[in-house]
Amino acid sequence: MLRLFNKIRKIGVVTEPVMPGRDPAFEEIGEQLHARVGELFSGSLAIREVDAGSCNGCELEVHALNNPYYGIERFGVHFVASPRHADMLLVTGPVSKHMEAALKRTYDATPDPKLVLAMGDCGADGGEFGCSYASCGGVSKVIPVDGVVRGCPPTPLELMKAILALIEKRQGG
Amino acid sequence: MSAFDWLPELLERFKADYVLIHEDAAVTTVGRARVLELDAEDWGRAAGVAAKFNLRWAGGWADQLTDQLGGDKLQINACLLHQGDVLLLRTRVPVTTPVLPSHTLHYPGADRMERHTQDMYGVVFSDHPDPRRWARHHAWGENEYPLRAEFPRMGTRGDMPARTDDNYRFLQAQGAGLYEIPVGPVHAGIIEPGHFRFTAVGEQVLNLEQRLGYVHKGIEKIAVGRDAVGAARLAGRVSGDSTVAFTWAACMAMEQAAGVEVPLRANYLRAIMAERERVANHLGDIGAICNDVGFAFAFYQFSRLREDWQRLSREVFGHRLLMDCVVPGGVARDIDAAAVAQLRAAFAPMKREMRELMPILYDNPSLEDRLITTGFLSESLARLLGATGYVGKASNCDLDARRDLAYSPYDRFKIKVHVFQDGDVLARMRVRADEILISLDLIDELLAGLPNGDVRAEWPMPAAGSEGLGIVEGWRGETLVYVRFAEDGKIARLFARDPSWFTWPALEQLIHGNIVPDFPVCNKSVNGSYSGHDL
Repeated sequence: MLRLFNKIRKIGVVTEPVMPGRDPAFEEIGEQLHARVGELFSGSLAIREVDAGSCNGCELEVHALNNPYYGIERFGVHFVASPRHADMLLVTGPVSKHMEAALKRTYDATPDPKLVLAMGDCGADGGEFGCSYASCGGVSKVIPVDGVVRGCPPTPLELMKAILALIEKRQGG
Repeated sequence: MSAFDWLPELLERFKADYVLIHEDAAVTTVGRARVLELDAEDWGRAAGVAAKFNLRWAGGWADQLTDQLGGDKLQINACLLHQGDVLLLRTRVPVTTPVLPSHTLHYPGADRMERHTQDMYGVVFSDHPDPRRWARHHAWGENEYPLRAEFPRMGTRGDMPARTDDNYRFLQAQGAGLYEIPVGPVHAGIIEPGHFRFTAVGEQVLNLEQRLGYVHKGIEKIAVGRDAVGAARLAGRVSGDSTVAFTWAACMAMEQAAGVEVPLRANYLRAIMAERERVANHLGDIGAICNDVGFAFAFYQFSRLREDWQRLSREVFGHRLLMDCVVPGGVARDIDAAAVAQLRAAFAPMKREMRELMPILYDNPSLEDRLITTGFLSESLARLLGATGYVGKASNCDLDARRDLAYSPYDRFKIKVHVFQDGDVLARMRVRADEILISLDLIDELLAGLPNGDVRAEWPMPAAGSEGLGIVEGWRGETLVYVRFAEDGKIARLFARDPSWFTWPALEQLIHGNIVPDFPVCNKSVNGSYSGHDL
């Protein structure tokens, strides 16, 4: 047990802002995100992630948002287990035909008003998998989409910027 | 030990069991695999002989051959491995009556792959014990076969939405106190979609049945007609966490077909990336396994290390997950001396971190309580199902393609393989921890001995009909890709076999007798790929 506490003490806090010079852009985006989530969502933005045929690359980068470097929860953004608790759906993959119905049902189960962010080149337009007998070719072919973040996969920072841009757009509209 | 010194004896046994090997066909090879052609009616018996001879079944797929290669035939392949040698059994059946015996009776691990072939090509495995559909939900009809040549890429239903997979016949159980728990396809966490059907009594799992295929996106169909570069990109997205492994296996197969000699420096760089992929995923998994039993300390420590690791990958190779860094003929870009130094500088700190963190994990009584004896997989089951990678190694299956097949550049190094006999979640975590240390050493040796020279060979036009079979040791285990080229250097057939085909069924077995709340940690300890399996 002593070793455990010693390790925690030694590593300290690696969370991005306290390491000056490492990525100033990140801190700025984080602060803006925090402020907007505070104004628009009473300090708490709940996201339900849905893999609709992704290769799992995007999921790895969504996971990264929860690692201690990004720690997105401190900006008021958290990932929830049920669409019924969600303000936003984050959808990855070209939407395989086999996930089409499940995605629609997840969308229907999410209370209004809701936002949908399509993630990755696949989510945008089918990406590498395009459109086929097995692939719908993008999230917007199946449910209404409010924002898109491209990349294969987008980096955690790009993803965070996209979440910010989407809720700002909503404020504007 | 000379290569294939066991083959004459196997051929004798085939003869004794009346399995006729077509000896008139010239001795052919696909890459390093020796091809044995036989009659369709002998297909099942051949598997029986091979299983008794302890050959390991490593994959099965079909391929439609047109015109000059033999008319309207479906060629059925089964890949078998033994003592570092690769054997490819082959037979042909007419497209009009594609019926042959199954391998599943002798190799249970062949079950789902044969059902995949059944759904995708309409092949009937006559004595298959479980011919329910597998890859097919309701995106295409019962009498349609997406990989047949005549099936259009866009399908036959236009934009018609597909029904949910609502009438799949799960195993039913009845009795007092028994109940079913359906889970998925959309899971509670940030993970891939699939359906699990538990039959439980109280907290105990009596049976688990998996229903996969939700992320089937037609990879095999859309590979057709791609050039080598496009096929490599697609292979890199079969399973995003194994992008280096799949791209390397696909490129290896295509390079065999095209007769390309990859520069040694490129192979070193491929190996460095493959080992980096292994370390990154193992780091993530160790943290996630601990997180599934509520030990947040490990989750944060290991996700921190993983992030450091991915950032360095991006700096040096240009991508956090190393996508598209391996290309046909070599690698996309070279690294300079400064980058080599940067990569080598990461060695000591990571090793120190591992040496500090793992004893903390191994000493923790709560972790011990949750991980030891949980999700036990016996060696005999692991072998029966053909499990490789950390699942196999944790159950005493001493298999590693880097050592056993000794492909370049691993033929120049001594590859350490750690196996355990416990077969539980802890053993699967320990394999990963040990492999991180082994890979760190290996990366350092590779960097120290990095030869000079080109990193990409010219890409020639592969001959029509040329084939290749790439096998590499990905972080999940043995990863296999088969390719055949058509005219114009375009892909005619690409089959990618993730190691998860054999470890998903292992999860169904190792969960028996465990409690439902231990399923997440058992599942994470296996960490099968949905995308890599669904294709």
